[in-house]
Order: sequence, then structure tokens, then C-alpha cells
Amino acid sequence: MVAGLTKGERQFAIVISVVLALCGLFLAGAGHQRPLGVHGLLIAFLGIATVFVVLSGYIAPEPSEERLSSYYDDPSKAGIIIAMIWAIFAMFIGDWVAWLLAYPEMTFDAAWASFGRLRPVHTTGVIFGFGGNALIATSFHVMQRTCRARMPDQLSPWFVLLGYNLFCILAVSGYFIGVTQSKEYAEPEWYADIWLVIVWVTYFVLYLRTLARRQEPHIYVANWYYLAFILVVAVLHIVNNLAVPVSLGHAKSYSAFSGVQDAMTQWWYGHNAVAFFLTAGFLGMLYYYLPKRAERPIFSYRLSIISFWGITFLYMWAGSHHLHYTALPHWVQTLGMTFSVMLLVPSWASAGNALLTLNGAWHRVRDDATLRFMMVAAVFYGISTFEGSFLAIRPVNSLSHYTDWTVGHVHAGALGWVAFITFGSIYAVVPILWKRERMYSARLVEVHFWLALAGTLIYVFAMWNSGIIQGLMWRTYTESGTLAYSFIDSLVAMHPYYVARAIGGLLFLIGAAIGFYNIWMTVRTAREEPLEPVADRPIASDTPAGAVQPGE
Amino acid sequence: MFGFHYKLERHTIPFVLAIIFVAGIGGIVEIAPLFTIGETVEEAPDMRVYTPLELAGRNIYIREGCYACHSQMIRTLRDEVERYGPYSLAVESQYDHPMLWGSKRTGPDLARVGGKYSDAWHVAHLDDPRSVVPQSVMPAYTWLDDTQLVTEDLGQHLAAMRRVGVPYTDKMIANAAADVYGQANPDSDRASGVAERYGEETNVRAFDGEPGPVTEMDALVAYLQILGRLTDAAHEQQALEGDLR
Ligand code: HEC
Ligand code: HEM
Ligand code: HEM
Repeated sequence: MVAGLTKGERQFAIVISVVLALCGLFLAGAGHQRPLGVHGLLIAFLGIATVFVVLSGYIAPEPSEERLSSYYDDPSKAGIIIAMIWAIFAMFIGDWVAWLLAYPEMTFDAAWASFGRLRPVHTTGVIFGFGGNALIATSFHVMQRTCRARMPDQLSPWFVLLGYNLFCILAVSGYFIGVTQSKEYAEPEWYADIWLVIVWVTYFVLYLRTLARRQEPHIYVANWYYLAFILVVAVLHIVNNLAVPVSLGHAKSYSAFSGVQDAMTQWWYGHNAVAFFLTAGFLGMLYYYLPKRAERPIFSYRLSIISFWGITFLYMWAGSHHLHYTALPHWVQTLGMTFSVMLLVPSWASAGNALLTLNGAWHRVRDDATLRFMMVAAVFYGISTFEGSFLAIRPVNSLSHYTDWTVGHVHAGALGWVAFITFGSIYAVVPILWKRERMYSARLVEVHFWLALAGTLIYVFAMWNSGIIQGLMWRTYTESGTLAYSFIDSLVAMHPYYVARAIGGLLFLIGAAIGFYNIWMTVRTAREEPLEPVADRPIASDTPAGAVQPGE
Repeated sequence: MFGFHYKLERHTIPFVLAIIFVAGIGGIVEIAPLFTIGETVEEAPDMRVYTPLELAGRNIYIREGCYACHSQMIRTLRDEVERYGPYSLAVESQYDHPMLWGSKRTGPDLARVGGKYSDAWHVAHLDDPRSVVPQSVMPAYTWLDDTQLVTEDLGQHLAAMRRVGVPYTDKMIANAAADVYGQANPDSDRASGVAERYGEETNVRAFDGEPGPVTEMDALVAYLQILGRLTDAAHEQQALEGDLR
């Protein structure tokens, strides 16, 4: 890691780490004996540890000029491994909370281990830890390849990757010790939020700088999606997290918005976190790795344009479908519903574009589990967006809202789409990054595929059943016009489905663990001579090598 | 159109601006009017703010993630109104920074749970839900009862709430810690100040069953008992609609 940095970058890395450690010490002092103090110490510790890591490699020889004629992939490699660690951790927590809903005593008698604190650990861990790291790692890989240019420097990708993980660690450790804003998918408190803004701006600038160096006149489709993901997430994050901290020594803050305005802002954020984090970013992956793996060009360029702008425009209107029949004004609900239904068009255009790209490569889909991961992802993307548009219709939502049906929809998207496309892309990119011919074991990829598919189907079907039963029980009347079931009746009816879901989740988790083992073995298995495909190099830039020093 | 795009996608900055513009429209059209259109939030002159003890309880509710299983938003549907009470109005969460409407009902809605059960029921239930409701899947919160509530910085909390628009007075902020003690100790000399500052209707009781030191249980139960009772607006609205029918 340090060996890849130039002298100047090493010095700058030390400066950043020292500043970070000082900020940590400040928070530790100001928040003494409060949760903020714990986080301050954690930040200070990580800052100092980074200083030592950089110092220990400080005297290593600088990377040669030759590096400029190859892509910079070390941060991508690290990002993939980190993403898999988050996947195992957060899905383990997910399965734990799944069992807790079936057997509530299966935990420790301690605050950190109660359902309400573990659940956001799961959601943040999978979305931001697993999904986010995979997005960052693959975006570095994709942007360099599609621009045929190396990243402008070595330090900023590391800053983005490690800084982002600091945010994730602050978020997740915060929930354990009771630090949360309670806003779904935006739980971290103000100091973590500010830090994420800094990291994110660096990420955006890095992307622009790489695009500026591109040797291809056009910006490839995958980059449109990655760009939209970075940009819009920044806007959403900043607006939804506006808050006034109690003091600089308190982790706790109070949201700038209240009541109905807060609800609308939160779900404008929440739904578009789905749109631009869980959809746009992963469509970026799809648009690069699927055609690459299938060795087929994208079916239709025009369809890509329509679906990209359709998604970018329409999604932002849809957030209010999370607030049907609530105190939110009716006109906003209606707008949300209408746009959600229209959203099906660009969504299916994307899914269709992906599946039609596979025309002529179906024999590969049959033989290659990696490509099959991506194919199934496109199918589940189609299913979950259809389901989403359906759930956004007001009368349907009257039944589904508040029930497990939502959770079923979430995981049809999260497991079937997000996790499948990620695993597919990871299996495609790992051999490229580590210059191996193929994964360590194609068999294990196959096993992972079937475990993941079985797990997803069990999970989703269990939740569809339980959600619809729950919704119906809550609104069933007896002949005499009174409510037929107590809340507890509906709770008891859920039990078998909760057990089934937890088993499905366990299969999915085992699959991910096998995937991690396979990746690890691919990395570990030494090759006599690493494969160096001639084509996988940036086009030599016209500018003299000296002109592309970092820091410019 | 595609020709235009063919040019657009060659230029990074125009492309970025196009994304911001296209994505910006929806949010602005839907959110900005909520702050300016008067009817969005009803008038409720009787609406009161949370006492510092209730606010501390609310913060515990947030910290423990109760919102992950409980909604606080009764929708305008017949079965919900019959099960939980009058549907929720926007004004009822006017002082909720942030709102806790929730998105999942693993447990029942709590928007009107205030006054539904005794304090003792809540204490027993939070301590061990299955001792009260055998089929419950709610976690046990055994540590609330023996954790002292941190009160000395509650004035700062009220001040922060005031900065985001909640009408706390200087007196309320100055007396925050005293009011916490008073509200949980009806026989103490600080109890009268609570009613003076927050209204005669305020619950002043030893919520956890034991006067003296204020625990997190006191705070959480005080909060649960005020849910749906900061204003009568929702009940009035229901009565009004009943008359119309
Ligand atoms: C795992 C989900 C879960 C979490 C987390 C949870 N609850 Fe519950 N809660 C339930 C369930 C299920 C019930 C219904 C059974 C019962 O009464 O115990 C319930 C019932 C209740 C009731 C009674 C409601 C009524 O009208 O009968 C109250 C009050 C309550 N919970 C408060 C809380 C508080 C306060 C917290 C946080 C400290 C909390 N709950 C956290 C699941 C949860
Ligand atoms: C091993 C696999 C998984 C299991 C067992 C699992 C389990 C769970 C459980 C039990 C819940 C709480 C549901 C409730 O409160 O009723 C949940 C919520 C959630 N999970 Fe997962 N999960 C898994 C994988 C994932 C993945 C990979 C993602 C995302 C990429 C994800 C995203 C979410 C989200 C967003 C929620 C919140 C849903 C909502 O608020 O409606 N999960 N999960
Ligand atoms: C056309 C596209 C989509 C539409 C219109 C849509 C619509 C909806 C609707 C109506 C809800 C229920 C809201 C409620 O009743 O509370 C919902 C919830 C959710 N959807 Fe989608 N959805 C779409 C695609 C997706 C995709 C691809 C994912 C990817 C993972 C996803 C993730 C989620 C999550 C995480 C929630 C739960 C939010 C929460 O309550 O915590 N959605 N969506």
C-alpha cells in the first residue's frame, strides 16, 4: 500500500492522519465520559495507527515511472476484500436479528445486543459496508478501463476507500453504544456525516479528474451511473442530515426538520438512497461487467440513454409513496404514486437491455455461474421494480405498508438484485485484478450461486406470505363489524415465516462465506508468472510523465 | 435527441450539471411547498412541548431503536382508527425533531399509547415483555430501571431544540434539570415548577414506582405516557367528522 505512493504522497498521508488524530483527540476531550468520547478515541487511535503504517513504509523506494503505464488497482483489491468482510459481518447480524424475531431470547442481556440496536447494524453494514465498498472498488476499476487512463494520483483513492470505511465503522460502532439519529439509512450522527461529506467530495473530484484524463472521446454508460450515484447521494446526504448538535461535546443532534417536513425529507432521501445507492451504482456495475463477461456489446445504446435519464428524473419524485394515508398532504402522495408507476418504464428498459444483451450468449449463462449471477440479478431487478411500482399504488400500499411485505420487497431487491450483481461482478473482477486466469474454484462459484438463489427465494416467499397475511389480519372484520384479530393473533401467525426467513438467510450467508473463501484462495494461490493481458493497460498519455505528478 | 446526447456525453461538466438539474426538480417541487403552504400543518393552540424528562425518554426511545418495530402514525384507514384511535395529524409531530413515524409494525402503533396502560404495566413490560404478554417478541430492557438518567446537560438539549424551532422559554432551559427531578418526584418542592412551566395537565408521578433518583425507566415511561396527548386536536377532528356524518 505505502510502497505505491510517491514521497510527496507519503508526506501528505502523514499530514492527513495527524490532522485526523488531532480531531479525534479533540472529540475525545470534549465528549469525555460520553459516547462521543469513545468515538473520539477511536478516531485518534486509527489516525495514529495510519501514521505508523505510513512511517513504516516511508523509506521504501518510490514507485518507478513505469507505474504510469499501468492501471492503479491496489485500492480496488483492498476494497473487494473489505466489502466481503462487511458482507459476512452484516449478513451474520441480519440473520441474528431474523432469529430474534422468531425466538426473542436468543441474545445477551445487554443493551448492545437488543434488536433495536442490531437492526441498523445490519442495514448499514450491508448497504454501506458491503454495497458501498463494492461500488467504490468496482468504480475505480471501471472508470480507469473505460477511460483508458490511470487514476491521476495514488493517494486520493486510498483516502476515499479508507475514509469511507472510517465512516462505516463510526456508524456501526455508534449503534452498539446508542449513537443514532433514528433516520432510516441515515442513522450516523453529525460528526460522521461531516466526515462523509469530505470523503465524498474527494471521491467526486477523483472521478472528474480521471474522466478529464480519458483517452476515449465518450463517457461510457457505466460512468454515467457511477457519476449519478456519487452526485445525488451527496446532495441527499447533506440535505437530510442538516441538524443542530447539542454541543461539540455531544454526539446527539436534533434534526433541522420536524414532523411532516422531516418525514418528506427523510423519504425523499430514503427512497433515493435506494435509487442512487442501491440502483444507479449497481447499474453501473451491470453495464460494465455483464457485457464484458458475456462478450457481447450492450443490446441498445438508445435504451441505455432513455433508462438513465428516466431513472434520474423520475426517482426523485417517488419518495412520498412511503407516506401514503399519513399526515402528508394528499397531493404529494398522489405525485409520488404517479411517478412511481411511471418509473417502471425506465426500470424495465434497463433490465430488458441487460437481458437482451445476453442474446447469443445463453450457452455461457448456462455454463458460467458468474454470468448467471448477473443474469439473475437483472431478473430480480425487473421483479423488484415491478413489485415496487405495484406497492406504490395507494390502495395496495394500504395493505402492504408496515408489514413484512415491505421487507420482502426490500430483500427481493437487496438479495436478488444488489447482492447478486455484486457477487457476479466480484467473481468477474477478482481474476482480472490479481492477474489470474480464473477463480480458484468454478465449482464453489456454482455452489454459492445455488445457495444464494435458494436463500433468496425462501426469504422472499416467506415474507410475501407473512406480509400479506399480516395485512389481511389487521383489516379483517367479523360479521358484527368488529375487528376479527388482535395484534397478538397476527404476531403469532408470523412465527413459522420468521423461522423460514431465518433459514433462507442462513443459506445466503453460507454462500457468501464460501465466496469469501474462494476469493481468498484465488488471491493466495501463487502463480509462477502472473497473467498480464497486453490489452489491460491505459493508452500512453501524450503529456510527458513528469506533468502528471499528484497534487496538481 | 440522441444526436444531442451523443455530444453531451463527451463533456464531463455539462453532463454533471444535467444530472443535477434533472434530479433536482422532483425534490424541489415536492418538498419546498411543505414549508410554505399553511394548511400542511393544522393549527393547535393547545399543543405543548415535551418536558425535559419526556424529551430524555424520547431520546432513549431513539437510542434503543424502538422505532424499528413501532410506528407512531395512524393512517386514515377505518381499521387503523378502530384499532389505535383517531388518525394522526401533522401538528402532533410538529415538535418532533426528527419524526418517529416509523415504517414497520413488528409491534403495535404507539401514537396514542399514552394513558392506555398504567405506569406499573409499562415498567413490568419493558423489564420483561413476556411476563406480561407471553407471545411477545419485544426485547427485554432490563437495564433501564437501574441506570441513572443523565440530567445535567438537558438544558443544552432544550436549547438545541429551540435553535431548530421549538418554543422553549429561557426559564424552561434554565430549570431543565430541576424539572426532570420534579416531574418524577411529585412530593418534592420542585414538582410545582413543572406544572407552572408545562401546564397543569402534565403527568407528575414517580413513573418507575420509586421516587428519588431519576432513572432511564422514569424518562421512557413518562414519554410513552404522553404519546398522543400533547394536543387534543386529533380527537376534536374526529368528533367534528362524526358530527358531519
Ligand atoms: C423486536 C421488535 C420490538 C422492539 C425493538 C420494541 N418493541 Fe415494543 N412491542 C413489540 C411487540 C411485538 C409488541 C406486542 C406484544 C407486547 O405487548 O409485548 C410490543 C408492545 C409494546 C407496547 C404495548 C403496546 C400496546 O398498545 O399494547 C409498548 C408500550 C411498547 N411495545 C414499547 C416499546 C418501547 C418503549 C421499545 C423500546 C425501548 C420497544 N417497544 C421496542 C415489539 C418490539
Ligand atoms: C443473510 C442475508 C440477510 C438476512 C437474514 C437479512 C435479515 C433482515 C432482517 C431480519 C431485517 C429486519 C426486518 C424487520 O424488521 O422485520 C432486515 C432488514 C433489512 N435488510 Fe436484510 N437481511 C439479509 C441481507 C440483506 C442485504 C444483502 C441487504 C442489502 C443489500 C439487506 C437490506 C436490508 C434493509 C434495507 C432492511 C430494512 C428494511 C425495512 O426497513 O423495511 N439485507 N434484514
Ligand atoms: C421502480 C422501482 C421501485 C419502486 C417504485 C419502489 C417502491 C417501493 C415502495 C412503494 C415501498 C414501500 C414503502 C412503504 O410502504 O413503506 C418500497 C420500500 C423499499 N424499497 Fe422499493 N421500489 C423500487 C425498487 C427498489 C429496489 C430496486 C430496491 C433495492 C434494494 C428497493 C428497496 C427498497 C427498500 C430498502 C424499501 C424499504 C424502505 C423502508 O421502509 O425502510 N426498492 N419501495
